[in-house]
Amino acid sequence: MLEVLIFATLNGLVTGFLLFMLASGLTLIFSMMGVLNFAHASFYMLGAYAAYSLSLYFGFWTGLIFAPLIVGALGAVVERYGLRRVHQSGHVAELVFTFGLAFLIEEAVQFFWGRDTKNYQTPELLDFALFTLLGQEFSAYRGFMIAISIGIFIALYYVLTKSRVGIIIQAAITHPQTVANLGHNVPLIFMGVFGVGTALAGLAGVIAGPVLTTFPGMATVLGSIVFVIVVIGGLGSLAGAFIASLLIGLLQSYAIASDVGMPDLLNLLGVSFDRSHPLNDLWTISLPQIAPLLPFLLLVLVLIFRPTGLMGKREE
Amino acid sequence: MLLLKKSSIWIAFLIALVTLPQLFDSILAVSILNQMTIAIVFALSYNMLLGQGGMLSFGHAVYFGLGGFLSVHALLLIEYETMVFSILWIPLIGGLFGLLAGLFIGSFSTHKAGTVFAMISLGIGELIAASSLIFSSFFGGEAGISGDRTFGPLFFGIDFAQNLEIYYLAAFWVFLATLFMYLFTQTPAGRMANAVRDNPERAEFIGYSARRVRFISFCAAGMFAGIAGGLFALNYEFITEENLNAATSGRVLLMAYIGGLGYFIGPIIGAVVLTLMNSLLSNYSELWMLYLGIMFLLTVMFLPRGFAGFIMMHQVAWVRGNMKMLIKPYTLTGVPAALFALCTIALIEMSHTEEEVFHFLGLELNTASSATWIITTVIAAAAFYAVRKSLHQLSEAWDTANAIPKEERA
Repeated sequence: MLEVLIFATLNGLVTGFLLFMLASGLTLIFSMMGVLNFAHASFYMLGAYAAYSLSLYFGFWTGLIFAPLIVGALGAVVERYGLRRVHQSGHVAELVFTFGLAFLIEEAVQFFWGRDTKNYQTPELLDFALFTLLGQEFSAYRGFMIAISIGIFIALYYVLTKSRVGIIIQAAITHPQTVANLGHNVPLIFMGVFGVGTALAGLAGVIAGPVLTTFPGMATVLGSIVFVIVVIGGLGSLAGAFIASLLIGLLQSYAIASDVGMPDLLNLLGVSFDRSHPLNDLWTISLPQIAPLLPFLLLVLVLIFRPTGLMGKREE
Repeated sequence: MLLLKKSSIWIAFLIALVTLPQLFDSILAVSILNQMTIAIVFALSYNMLLGQGGMLSFGHAVYFGLGGFLSVHALLLIEYETMVFSILWIPLIGGLFGLLAGLFIGSFSTHKAGTVFAMISLGIGELIAASSLIFSSFFGGEAGISGDRTFGPLFFGIDFAQNLEIYYLAAFWVFLATLFMYLFTQTPAGRMANAVRDNPERAEFIGYSARRVRFISFCAAGMFAGIAGGLFALNYEFITEENLNAATSGRVLLMAYIGGLGYFIGPIIGAVVLTLMNSLLSNYSELWMLYLGIMFLLTVMFLPRGFAGFIMMHQVAWVRGNMKMLIKPYTLTGVPAALFALCTIALIEMSHTEEEVFHFLGLELNTASSATWIITTVIAAAAFYAVRKSLHQLSEAWDTANAIPKEERA
């Protein structure tokens, strides 16, 4: 029981930190441009595929460094030549644009890399068990994933709150015109933030690709979950995104690892239903079965009862 | 006279609906027409939300799918003789259930428009799509459920076994649904939906509850999506989880947006164009989804008001009788643009195909020789350059065609 709990916690943390790498870029982009980037998870997928291709020729570590750079550059191009133009047509058009972009990237990935799952492997260097606990191994690669994510979180936090660039970015979010009047190139800052945000998504893809498999549907699998996190955490709040990422990661991990379900609850209540009952599906449901549903349930509940999310600012 | 003028377009629509399957009577054509009827109702119902009411939904397929599932269950009821009624009423059952789902979901999701609404619709869409796989006794799991439409009592001797018979049944409902959706835009509720879309605060100041106005549009949109789902169930006689998941929700957004959101006719254009692309292009190329994605992005970037908006842009020039001025500049830009598009498609297809000789528009392109590649690339580049160069004269001609004549200037 204890080892299940410990491993569920560790796996939850791995997922949570990974989700945070995606969510941090998304929430930053949202606070700058006021638009939720539907294609964010697609950049994550591009990161995984680019790293896979690079790793074939130059090894994993080259992919780890260059794939996020390529993805970030692509993101900057999308902002400069796509989003900036669509911005004039309003928020709905921007949202719809990123939606179409996600669609296009998925098709393009299938065009360039094919529909099959890619054999993207963890590097040999990290192919050992970091520790063995109560008979279960925890792979070094998962530890590496956690280390990278925490590193990114600290670096991001430091850059945004302590460095000069971070202060200009924060000012540009709330007072773009004043910042422009002070002589800063605000559109360039926007492009940079979009590029860095997508590069972070790309990095998440690079390190997640070997573990969560690299296939054309990987963006769809994570795409809506990242949205859920950003909304639950409060749109535009980095701290909120951090809490929500860990919350969702742990929630899903515990739900999958658990072995309780509706039958247990019914037993507890002393009720029982016949197998032929029309709602038999409902009475036999188990918690691992509905694990993928939980984030969306949470999303709807949060939006109904607290539309600003956990840490979101009060709406004007 | 005014009534005749107003109803003339509806009479034309009716005539088109009736005569199209006579003009195109192949099996393929009738099946495409059937898909079109479904798509038209679905896209129009989506436009009620986004175009008329300003609510961006990423989960509109929920109402379509639920309506469809209920309709297949209704077909099963008829089959097992639990209840006996003509299948003519099946779309109404779909609509009723779409309305019920709309009443329930709308009761808590229409507080706000904008991002909050979009996110709730996304969450609900994912929730229902995921739970449809869990509750397999109603939704049939991944395989879905299927029925048979021929068991109902005969309708004037018709048993609706043929696709053409189903087409006429669908055409009847499409006409009614389109008419009612148009009439809805003319009611106070429809007009207020526009007002709330444009400025909810002002609408509240004149005494309307923005939430209530949204709620009414939302329920109506759910109902018409359910009718479309019922038509789908009748046409295909089966329905699966795919029909209520995010991909279907995305497709209807694409249709409505490409067609043009602000105009009533926009989603109809979008539904027709996309259905045609879907059924015809997919025969020629397995990459048609890629082209669709490219077309969609280009539409959002360059024609933010869709095809309908592009057509309506010419209203001023048309009224002033200046359309002739635009023919030459349009040809000068359009021909190289088309050439560029064709060359790009050829390049994409050539890099995708595994055959050595690639047949494209009657040409036989040898994919093994580098000369083919270089020539195609050069033509594409030249065409692109020509487009860039000709844009200037196009915008000049556009300005003259739309200019206010001197005598009209105050």
